[in-house]
Amino acid sequence: MDFLYNYIYYIGAFGLILIGLYILLVKHNLIKMIIGLSILETGVNLFIITLGYLDNGTAPIFSKENLESNMMVDPVPQALVLTAIVIGLAVLALALSLAIRLYDSFKTLNLKKIKEQKW
Amino acid sequence: MKKFFSLILLIIIVVGMIYTIHQIPFGKNQSKIGKYFVANGKDETGAANIVTSVVVGYRSFDTLGEVTVLFLAAIGLGAILTTTKKQNHDIEKASLILNTGCRFLFPLVLLFSAYIFIHGHLSPGGGFQGGAVVASGFLLIYLACPGKRINKVGNTISESVGGLIFIILGAIGLFVGDRYFLANFLPKGELNTLFSAGIIPIIYIALGFKVGSELNSVIDKMMEES
Repeated sequence: MDFLYNYIYYIGAFGLILIGLYILLVKHNLIKMIIGLSILETGVNLFIITLGYLDNGTAPIFSKENLESNMMVDPVPQALVLTAIVIGLAVLALALSLAIRLYDSFKTLNLKKIKEQKW
Repeated sequence: MKKFFSLILLIIIVVGMIYTIHQIPFGKNQSKIGKYFVANGKDETGAANIVTSVVVGYRSFDTLGEVTVLFLAAIGLGAILTTTKKQNHDIEKASLILNTGCRFLFPLVLLFSAYIFIHGHLSPGGGFQGGAVVASGFLLIYLACPGKRINKVGNTISESVGGLIFIILGAIGLFVGDRYFLANFLPKGELNTLFSAGIIPIIYIALGFKVGSELNSVIDKMMEES
C-alpha cells in the first residue's frame, strides 16, 4: 500500500507512455498512430509534473497572506509543461493535416497499403 | 512477430524505468532553481502566480520562441491544407435551439477567456489558456452555425498586433531600466492586485489575442477542409 501511495503517479505516467509506444509500434492506421503520439505526450507531461510534486504542497500562487514558500510545489516543471502542451497541440494539428493530404492522394490511411513508400 | 518484438522492447523499457524511478523519491525533492523562484519570484517580478512569473518573467524569451513555434504550425497547416479547387457542400441549417443557444453562449465564453488572460498573474490561467478558450468559443460557432466563417483579415490583424506588442515591449526593455531584452521596466505595484507585476499582464493579454487568433486560423483551415 505504501508502495502504491509513493509510486502511483509514476506508474500512471509510465503506463501512458508505454501504451503510446505500443500503439506507435504495432498499429498501421495513421489516425491510431496520431492518437498514440498524443497519449505518449500526455504521459511525458504527467511525468514531468510529478517530478515537481511536494508532499502536502500547495499550488505556487501567493493567494493568501500566510503562505510560505517552502510549502509550494516546484513551479519550473509546470511552466515547462505549459510550453510542451502548446507545442504538442501544434504537432497534433500538423500531423492531422498531413493525414488528410495522405488520404486525399492514396484513398487509404493504412500505411501497409501505401505501395509507393520508400522504406 | 512484430507484436512479439514490440512487447520485448516495451519490457526492456519497463525494466529500465523501474530501475530509474525507484531511486527518485516521490514528493520529497524540489529543484534548486524551483526553490529560488518560489522564494524570490514575488519580490522580483511582482506576480502572485509563480508559474506566470517563470513563464513570462524569467523565461519570457523562451515563451517568445514557443509562440513562434505555434505561428509556424499555423503557417504549415495553411500551406498543407490550402487547395485551389473549391468544393461546394450542401449546408444543412442547424436547429433553432442549437443556433440560439450558441449565440447566447458565445459572448459569455469570450468574457470568461478575457477574465482568464487578464488575471493570469493572480490566479491559475494566462495567455495560452485564455487563447484556447477563445478558440473554443469560435469552434462552437463553427459547429452550430454551418456556413459562418471568421473574418480572416481581422484575425490576422489581431494575431500580428499581439505578437508586435510582445516584441516591442521586450525591445523597450533594452533601453529603459535594467537594459536587457524583456526587462520588467514598469512599476511592480502591490502584490495580489490587478495592476501589479509590471509588463507581465500586458504581455499575457497580447499572448491571449495571439494564441486565440492562431488557434482560430487552425480551426478555420480544418473546418474548411471537412
